[in-house]
Amino acid sequence: MSEHTVKFTNVTKKYLGRMALNNVSFDLPRGKITALVGPNGSGKSTILKLAAGLVHPTQGSVTVLGKTANRRIAGEVAYLSESDFLYPFFTVEETLKFNAGLFADFDLQKAKEILSFMDLEPDKKVKHLSKGNRGRLKIVLALSRRAPLILMDEPLSGLDPMVRDSIIKSMISHLDLQGQTVLMSTHEVAEVEPVLDLVISINEGKITCIEDVENIREQHGLSLVDWMKEALAK
Amino acid sequence: MSQAFNNTQPIYLQILQRLCRQVVRGEIKAGEKLPSVREMALQCGVNPNTVQRVYAELERLEIAETRRGLGSFITEDETRLKRLREQLKNEQIERFIADMEETGFSPEEILAGVRERLLGNKGQRGD
Repeated sequence: MSEHTVKFTNVTKKYLGRMALNNVSFDLPRGKITALVGPNGSGKSTILKLAAGLVHPTQGSVTVLGKTANRRIAGEVAYLSESDFLYPFFTVEETLKFNAGLFADFDLQKAKEILSFMDLEPDKKVKHLSKGNRGRLKIVLALSRRAPLILMDEPLSGLDPMVRDSIIKSMISHLDLQGQTVLMSTHEVAEVEPVLDLVISINEGKITCIEDVENIREQHGLSLVDWMKEALAK
Repeated sequence: MSQAFNNTQPIYLQILQRLCRQVVRGEIKAGEKLPSVREMALQCGVNPNTVQRVYAELERLEIAETRRGLGSFITEDETRLKRLREQLKNEQIERFIADMEETGFSPEEILAGVRERLLGNKGQRGD
């Protein structure tokens, strides 16, 4: 098995000539939780989509577990999209079963555990769930997969503090960091800071810094939020 | 409920200090089993990798030991725990003295102030 879960080599991505990522290279070690931080439009979602194999680089290469990222890696990557992808006419339980049918590594037993951890009712229809509970359900779907790579695009955005807290808690208790690597984009930096190993700061399609979060505190004596301000000012 | 952390010090160090204080206060006894990495991560609201680092550090300091398949336990070595108690005491006192000296107090003033605070005028404490 390769050391690195995700590897970007000189990746440039243009959308209709507009530069989204400009010659980006980095790799992610296994078993770490990494946050992608940066202003809106800086390229965070593009990095996640590339790692999920949903879009292709204009130049350079993206590999996941040593394989080129394309549609065929969907079985090894759990990708939580920013947009709503749940079917409104399913109940919560039907949504779980539907996903269990889609992905061979979906652990239905684990899904039910996380469901009760999050206080979600299995019989409720998705269309009757609050936004917070839809956010929770999306997390349940991502965490129930035994995929070696979990990608989450803004899992906390637009949710109230209680929901955010329950999502962070369920990540701590249900991720298997022996075998799983997490990359997520977020603006709620202060809240996720305690659960992070690494942070990648990105601005205008370029990576400005990759740092170990504990190092930032130890060597710079800065909280992550203050460090980000410095990284962006560079 | 997750505890709040000071933003400018490594989290693993803060958890380490908390655990050491709990041991010194006797809240965690010699030979007692520590929560599993995941339980502790959940209690503190931190990454399990961070707790792993705390436990490894406790082991390196010989304050805890890991028993394969059973988890981490506080050492039963009472002399090590006594030494930890002394260490924490000395650290606190040194920090206090350094602060006081920087503010310009003489050793006599510091001693007198501490004595008065601890022993004299008990009725007026806690202002």
